[in-house]
Parts: sequence; structure tokens; C-alpha cells
Amino acid sequence: MTATGHERNQSAKAHVKREPLFHVSKRDRIPLWKSITIRAVAILAALLLSGILTIFLTGENPLAVYKYYFVGAFGSSFKVWNTLQGTAILLGIALALTPAYKMRFWNTGAEGQVLIGCLATAFIMWKVGGTVPDGLLIPLMLLSALAAGILWGVLPAICKAQWGTNETLFTLMMNYVAIQLVECFLKVADKTGSNTVGPNLLKNGWLPKLGGQDYLLNILVVAVLTVIVYVYLKYSKHGYEISVVGESENTARYIGINVKKVIIRTMVLSGALCGLMGFLLVAGTSHSIDSNLVDGRGFTAIMVAWMAKFNPFFMVLASLLLVFLDKGASEVSTRFGLNQDYSEIVTGIILFFLIGCEFFMNYQIHINKSRLPARWRKEAVADKKEVQ
Amino acid sequence: MFPTIIQFIQRAILQGTTLLYGSTGEIITEKSGHLNLGIPGIMYIGAISGVIGGFMYKQSVAQMNTVLALLIPLFSCLLGSLLASLIYCFLTVTLHANQNVTGLALTTFGVGLGNFFGGSLIKLSQNMGSTATSIALTPIAKVYKTKLPFADKLGWFGDIFLSYGFMVYLAVILAVVAALVLNKTRVGLHLRAVGENPATADAAGVPVARYRYLATCIGGMVAGMGGLYYIMDYTNGIWSNNGFGDRGWLAIALVIFAIWRPLRGILGSYLFGALYILFLYVPVSMDKQPLLQMLPYVVTIVVLIFTSIRSKKESQPPAGLGLNYYREER
Repeated sequence: MTATGHERNQSAKAHVKREPLFHVSKRDRIPLWKSITIRAVAILAALLLSGILTIFLTGENPLAVYKYYFVGAFGSSFKVWNTLQGTAILLGIALALTPAYKMRFWNTGAEGQVLIGCLATAFIMWKVGGTVPDGLLIPLMLLSALAAGILWGVLPAICKAQWGTNETLFTLMMNYVAIQLVECFLKVADKTGSNTVGPNLLKNGWLPKLGGQDYLLNILVVAVLTVIVYVYLKYSKHGYEISVVGESENTARYIGINVKKVIIRTMVLSGALCGLMGFLLVAGTSHSIDSNLVDGRGFTAIMVAWMAKFNPFFMVLASLLLVFLDKGASEVSTRFGLNQDYSEIVTGIILFFLIGCEFFMNYQIHINKSRLPARWRKEAVADKKEVQ
Repeated sequence: MFPTIIQFIQRAILQGTTLLYGSTGEIITEKSGHLNLGIPGIMYIGAISGVIGGFMYKQSVAQMNTVLALLIPLFSCLLGSLLASLIYCFLTVTLHANQNVTGLALTTFGVGLGNFFGGSLIKLSQNMGSTATSIALTPIAKVYKTKLPFADKLGWFGDIFLSYGFMVYLAVILAVVAALVLNKTRVGLHLRAVGENPATADAAGVPVARYRYLATCIGGMVAGMGGLYYIMDYTNGIWSNNGFGDRGWLAIALVIFAIWRPLRGILGSYLFGALYILFLYVPVSMDKQPLLQMLPYVVTIVVLIFTSIRSKKESQPPAGLGLNYYREER
């Protein structure tokens, strides 16, 4: 765009007809090593920038700062489990979103879909817990979480399929409806006004600890889910239909795919998986609920899925990266007495770089040699050879 | 009863003004085809930039000049929101990045930035040798909250219409100006063309990229002023982390409610402001209050569904909303 704008300015001044300094063209495809290099450079640049920022704010030795990132994420076995659990939850939500996004259904409502799953789980634990054995209670919690997630996902889908209602905004609004419902539950269930309903009220229906580890079950469930989602999208008929609808609704209609059905079916799936993540969050680990339990991960997951180009295995890496940064940055902020929100700034910076680097993967920049000063030309040619 | 109603109207207007800035800014942005989901982040950035500017000024002089106390936070707010909008524009227009993802990242960043500096400004300034113990900007807030003359002498009329700081009126003026520019000028026509169908606009010789940059930056600055208003006027210059809450998203919701018309946005934002505080005035038990706080969102969803069912031409989102334009890919 810059190049074309430049071009016009140049041609407007008819007497200085020069070619633009560079022009941009779309790549056909990009070899894997090159896309990995571009991403790595982007991540390094982002780390460098956030490092500089940290030094500016704390005046500390940069190496110490980077060391604390690793200490924060992997410094003890507790921290490793914590990082893995965080990765599992973020990855799980991203997996839940993937079918919808592959269909180009902009589901910005994962936050609410997960939270309403949490609420349904907590509600059953609170209301039914103690009156029936756990063997019955847990399936009941799971079913209600799935149902709640589906309801939150399918309402926008039906409206989208039926009337073309804008799903980005609809799902976004549903988040806040879910948050207020949770607030309402908190006030009903806990009369002390503590704004959280904790383990003392949700005594029954805890998922079993595998091998004595709090988080192992969640991690295993998400690992299985990763494979299932991959197979579903890549090798099933449904997965094929989803990608056709995503590429072009008209093509889908032309080859006889019922677009409305696919939209609704996919959002039922997406919502159900979000509900499942809510169930795991409450019954598996937190055993408590408050309106900030999902903590923005419904939005972060969108970026995980999108950065990984909807490939479940790349998503593992993307969510690990983001959780690593988050834990690392909060360690840095604790050590240097900074505010916890420091980690969100670092996350934001890395996201900007990863978003920006997409450009260099999708497009190629050709530098116009005739515009460079003579002494640079040789180097530019050399660069170009390297690129090709 | 009567004083309660006047107080309710006043509070609705005070509450709605933040939303009005946000929605006017987002309408200008969306008219260019950018669904900027970074607006909540930009509003945080605008607020904290104003706070930082005001804090620096307050620390550096013994006696504050009234005009400067007003202008310095305002300009630092505008500068901060401009920079934030530029990040968004650079990524989406120049680098063709996906708008939703960029916007969400900007919101993460902006909210983090706001809360970070809001929470650490004291500590950071102490590192640099200041002795301040709190970011009390109350003297600056006092300047921002100066009422119009005669406000106290005109009874209920003065209370409802004249009893606010200048930013409340500025919000209305900006919305009116936005409506006039969008609908009555050539620039507005071009901007709407860019939002509806960038390829056609490009063919007609409208510089699409420039319009998108301009609209998004101006829209971002207007929205950022909503953050400034919130801090300097609504909360009397006192920053509290996450205090701004979900107002940014509500402003985006308001754009739909206003069906992309700034004038309707004025009424809409006061209505949303009223819905936002309704729970304080309706006698319900504590545990039902969240259900009332849900109202603005439910109303937005209903409006969204109805406009899509009726599918009237005049009440649709800009056709190019959310789509990037790259000339070579037509």
C-alpha cells in the first residue's frame, strides 16, 4: 500500500518520474523454514523491545530480567505445573474456537461461553452437591456445562444463519450477559458479599487428582482434544464442509452444502468445547468461581488460534509462548515491585510483532535497485539472492 | 421525588458522556471500514496519558496555571490515543493484518498499559526522585469540572443542562460535528465510500489508505478523550485500576444501537448511561442488581437482531466493515 501510494504521488509530479523505492507482491507459498525464521525474528525483536522497556522502568541488568522470565515459568516443579495448566486451558479454549474461525465465524464470545460453562458447573455443585453421589453429580455438572456453552454459542449462530446478524458483536455482548449472570449467582450463593464462591461452598463434585497432581487431568484432556480437533478438521466430512464454507459461502452452496446447517452445527461444537473448558476450570482446578475466572483468555485464545493458522499443533506452541511470557513477566514484576499488569504490556508487544510479521510471510518486498545509492546496490543484490 | 429525578438525569448524562466519546470515535472509525476492537484499549491509553501529563505538570510547578492544567492533560491524552491508533492503522492498513486480531491485541496492550502506569506511576516517580505519595489530580479535576455560569441560579433547568464540566458539552459538539462532516461534506462522502466499497472508492480516485488512517486516528483520539473525561471529570482525577471497566465495549455496543449515526449516538449514550446506573434507583434486592446491569447488553443484542431481520438499507453496517483493502488483490 505504501508503495502504491508513493507511486501515485510520484506520477502526480510528472517532471520527476522515478520508480518507487520498493514494491510489494503476494507470495504464492512460503517454505516452512522461512516462515519459522520470520516468526523467530519477530519474537526476538519483541523480547528485545520489552527487555529495553523493562530496563528503562527498573534500571536492572537485562540478563537478570530475562533470567526471571525462565524462573517465573519453569523455576520450580510447582511453577512448571502451573505453566502447563495455563497452557492447557488457553490451548483448550483456542481449540474450541478453531472450528468456528476456520468457518470465518468471528466468535469473540469464548470468554462468555467458557464462563457460562463455569457458572453451570458451579451452580450444580452448589445446588445439587451433597444430595447425590459424586458419580452422578459429575456427569450432571458436565452435561449442564456443555448445554450452557452450546446455548451461548448457538444463539448468535442461529441469528447469523437465519438473518445474517453480525456475529462478532453479538458474541461480544453475550460475554457481558454471562458476566452479570455470574455476579448474580455470587450474590445469591454467598451472602457475605465476598465476590467469589469458593471451595467451602462447592464441596462436592471435584474431579479426581491423577497421580496426586492437581493439573494432570486437565492437561491430558486437552492433549486428547488437540488430536481430536486436528483429525476432525483435517480428515472428516464436517471438517471439509467447514473449510469450504470458510473459503466461500457461494461455492459451498453451489456444491450442495447446507451452509446454515454447517454454521449452526459448528457453533454447537465450538460452544460445547468452551463449556467443557469451563467445566474443567471449575471442577478440575479452581473449585471456586468469580466473574474474572476466565481472565481474558477467551480473547487471548482467538489470537492463539489465529497466529497458529488454525493448526492445533502450532497452537500448542503459541499458547505455551503466551503463557510463558505471562508467567515470566509477572515474576519480573514481583521481583522489581512493578504492577502485575506489566505482563499484559509484554503480551501486547509480542502480539503486535507476531501480527505484523504475518505481512512478511504473505507478501514479498522487492527493493528497486536503481533507486539505491551506488554503494548500497551491491549489498541489496546480495540480500536479494539470500532471500530467494 | 423531583430532586431524585433530576439527580438521576444528571448522573445518566455524566455516565453517558464517556460512552458518547467512545461511540462517536468508533462510528468515525467504522465508517472507514475499520472495526476497531482496540477502542477499549485506546480509551485506557487516553486516560492514562492524560493522567501522566497532568501528574508531570503538577510535580514540576508549584502553582498551576488554570489554562495549562486543562491543556496539558488534554494534549497528552490526544497524543497517547493518536499513537495507539497509529499502531492499529500501521498493522491493518500498511501490513494488511487482520482487524479483529489487531484490535483485540491493542485492547490487551492498552488496558495493561493503563493499569500498569496507574498502579506504578508513584513508584516510578519516586525512583526518579519525586516525593509524591499519591496521584491525586483533584486540582486538575476541579478545572475540568468547572460548571457553566448561572448553573446554580436557574433551578432545575440549570441542574439538568448547565451543571457539567466542559467535556460533557464537547462530547455533544463532537458528535454533531461528526454527523455534519459525515453526511454533508465531500470528505464525509469519500469516507463513507471507502467504508462501503473501497475498490470503487479507489477507482474514483479516493486515496483509500489515507482516509482509513485519518478516520481511525481521529476516531481513536475522540475515543481517548472519553477516557480522559472519565478520569478528570467523572472520578475527580482519581485513578483506580480497572475502574474504567467495560465502558469501552459498551461504547462499541452503542455504535450498533445508534445504527452508525452520531446524532442517534447522543441519545443512545445517555440512555445507556441511564441503564448503567438504573440499579441504584430501582428498589430491588442486592442479588437482582446484576440483572439490571445486564440491560445495556441485552438491549444491544435485541437491536442487533432486529436491524438484521428488517435489513433496511439505511440501518446496515458499512459494507466493507472489517475487511482490509489491498489494491492488487481485487
